[in-house]
Amino acid sequence: MIDGVINTPYSLILIAVMAAVTAFVRFSPFILFPEGRKRPRVITYLGTVLPYAVIGMLVVYCFKGKSVIEYPYCIPELLAAALVVGLHVWKRNTLLSVFAGVAFYMVLVQLVF
Amino acid sequence: MTKRTFKRAFRDSLPILAGYLALGFGFGVLLESKGYSFWWAILMSVTMFAGSGQYAGVDFLAGGATILTTAFMTLIINARHFFYGFSLLDKYKGMGIAKPYLIFGLTDETYSVVCSAKLDDTISKRKYYFFLTALDHLYWITGCTLGAVIGGVLPFSNEGIDYAMTALFIVIMVEQWLSTKEHLPAILGVVTTAVCLCVFGPDMFIIPAMTLIAFELVILRKRLDKTQPEAPETAEKTEVKQDD
Repeated sequence: MIDGVINTPYSLILIAVMAAVTAFVRFSPFILFPEGRKRPRVITYLGTVLPYAVIGMLVVYCFKGKSVIEYPYCIPELLAAALVVGLHVWKRNTLLSVFAGVAFYMVLVQLVF
Repeated sequence: MTKRTFKRAFRDSLPILAGYLALGFGFGVLLESKGYSFWWAILMSVTMFAGSGQYAGVDFLAGGATILTTAFMTLIINARHFFYGFSLLDKYKGMGIAKPYLIFGLTDETYSVVCSAKLDDTISKRKYYFFLTALDHLYWITGCTLGAVIGGVLPFSNEGIDYAMTALFIVIMVEQWLSTKEHLPAILGVVTTAVCLCVFGPDMFIIPAMTLIAFELVILRKRLDKTQPEAPETAEKTEVKQDD
């Protein structure tokens, strides 16, 4: 199969490029501000507030392929999200909240919507 | 201590187990459908370890994209990872030989657990971060490989199981929300990203969103900066969050 329609050397090059770029993005903050070197205070400050903003960004990122103007209008996603939030505020159990949310969402998309 | 640390890392990784098996499986199925055997799925999941990057990568491979396009698009798709290191500069200090691997494996999910896990002294941080990253990597490789081996045939429908990632991020957001009185960064993150998603569309919104978020946070520094000028290391204390 590998050598059927596939250009193996070129595919390997593309994978190497993608792996290198991905690693570069993840390593760059650590390369810019190496251990033991003084860094601008604004960077330390950003490090403390970014986790909050980034998690907010990731939650929205999860919705990027979904449409609010076409059926089912993100209703399964929002209902499951409401369950996760409610359950988590109540029980504060990460596993319970995640798995209940997933089970509920699967029922919604497979059987209801 | 190692056993305890591993147990804790394993427990914290369980939501990611479900999500990675499902998302990885989908990737494997897609890659195999373009004529690539499971060896390619293994190769990509081991060397890239990036969900959306690998999904896009299938198109680059199957469509014979140029090296420049591939590099540029991968950069855009994974740009959000650029933010992660900034909040881990102190946490990942002194991680020794494991550090390059921890940084290599800094996915959305690993990052979100690393920056929200509250670890006491009975847990070795260095080993915890390593176990968590390696477990996540293993789940991802397993999911990708299974998808390519089994292909599109599953005896049950797994549609919707990838919601595990969304649910995990929501849980972490709730934890963060309950752990602080200052909700502005979280609100900015959500609102700015949502606005950018509407304005720039699902393919181009993340870099404008990141840029705006960074700008807004810098502008609001007077209000939000709790770090001490004399001892910036104490900054990490404000990051500590409640755990379950």
